[in-house]
Amino acid sequence: MNASLYNRIGGEAAVNAAVDIFYRKVLADNRINRFFTGVDMDGQAAKQKAFLKFAFGGPNNYTGLDMRKGHQHLVKQGLNDSHFDAVVENLATTLQELKVPAEMINEVAAIAESVRNDVLDR
Amino acid sequence: MPVIHFQGRAFYQLADETVLECLLRQGESVACACRSGVCQTCLMRADSPDGLPAMAQQGLKEGQRLRGYFLPCICRGNDDLTIIESDRDNYCRVTVTSKSHLSPTVVRLQLQPQQEFPFRAGQFVRVRRPDGVERSYSLSSLPGDGPLELHVRQVPGGEMSGWIAGTLQVGDAVEISEACGECCYSADDRMQPLLLVATGTGLAPLLGVVRDALAQHHQGPIKLFHGAASQQDLYLLDELKALQARAANVDYFPCVSDGVSADGEFRQGRVGDVALNELPTLQGWRVYLSGNPAMVQEMKMKAYLAGASLQHIHADPFVSASRPM
Repeated sequence: MNASLYNRIGGEAAVNAAVDIFYRKVLADNRINRFFTGVDMDGQAAKQKAFLKFAFGGPNNYTGLDMRKGHQHLVKQGLNDSHFDAVVENLATTLQELKVPAEMINEVAAIAESVRNDVLDR
Repeated sequence: MPVIHFQGRAFYQLADETVLECLLRQGESVACACRSGVCQTCLMRADSPDGLPAMAQQGLKEGQRLRGYFLPCICRGNDDLTIIESDRDNYCRVTVTSKSHLSPTVVRLQLQPQQEFPFRAGQFVRVRRPDGVERSYSLSSLPGDGPLELHVRQVPGGEMSGWIAGTLQVGDAVEISEACGECCYSADDRMQPLLLVATGTGLAPLLGVVRDALAQHHQGPIKLFHGAASQQDLYLLDELKALQARAANVDYFPCVSDGVSADGEFRQGRVGDVALNELPTLQGWRVYLSGNPAMVQEMKMKAYLAGASLQHIHADPFVSASRPM
């Protein structure tokens, strides 16, 4: 199912198209952009790209442990469900702009949802 | 078990160990910070990109990837690697052919390489004087178009800039590293609009980019904003005005942040603000940023939020990290 989602959504090309729009939305979103200040933008964009590939059901190296380690310092700064929701919302809006059908957006959101507890370290 | 060749020694790398962990475990001293592939403090260069997993080059520019740069802190599952000292092994002797003041605080240095010296307009070199002290300076000249040209700002009490202005003479020889940096013109789309924003001697590489764009018959608009605190800190005014008059697609905006301009010749304000005020949306633009690190960081974010694609924003991280402006 996941492999086919990645193919249906457009694979690497879709990731490349989405990352620029998605990361811009995240940086412009006052609910969450404080978690992204002071980081190297190119490095951060590469991470967003890896995340999108994962959320699109593509081949990836993501593990729950990586997600946990990578966000623990943010959890200490107050990262919570509302911020996670905002990121998923930005992801959905990005895909809507790219004319991805709603049912596929739901599949992407479900994959993103699967790492919520890891990201929030609980 | 992969072997890492580093500074003349061989290090065995354990399974699931990163290159950085391998070197640190065996007592090597390697500058590092985030250990997660973000900060690029530990950036190293392998003699070839073969044998590097794609992951180890995440976030690096294409030119860096092709030349074997990688991040040892996230490099695991690699083959044997030979790490070379970035570009420090490749120095070229150059002769000073001219030295002149572009402004009271900026010296133009022209250098003739004593051997073939490949570079792209907009890249920078480290200048090494005989006692080994080094500083980075950008090239404002074009390949195949006469001597190499650098703009050296006189830093108050500056070790290297003071030496260049005072001691270094026409006819003397110094060494320069191989050219680095990604702040270069791309001829992929000659219609693409270009925004270039510089403060101080950050003008040098961007002038190189403009010259290169024109030499390659760029057709899209080219907007060059050069900022300084006061009028007297701007330089090459006449040359840039002449360039604007000569090339129909070039617009030059000298900007002054502190002083008051009497004749309206200069835009008032911080150069980045002036540029974004003039060009509020940058979707489809290619953006070049150089100079004061704070300006570069801020503008990188603002240009991206204004619609420029990250892949089309050129602001070499080494420039802002290591160059005294």
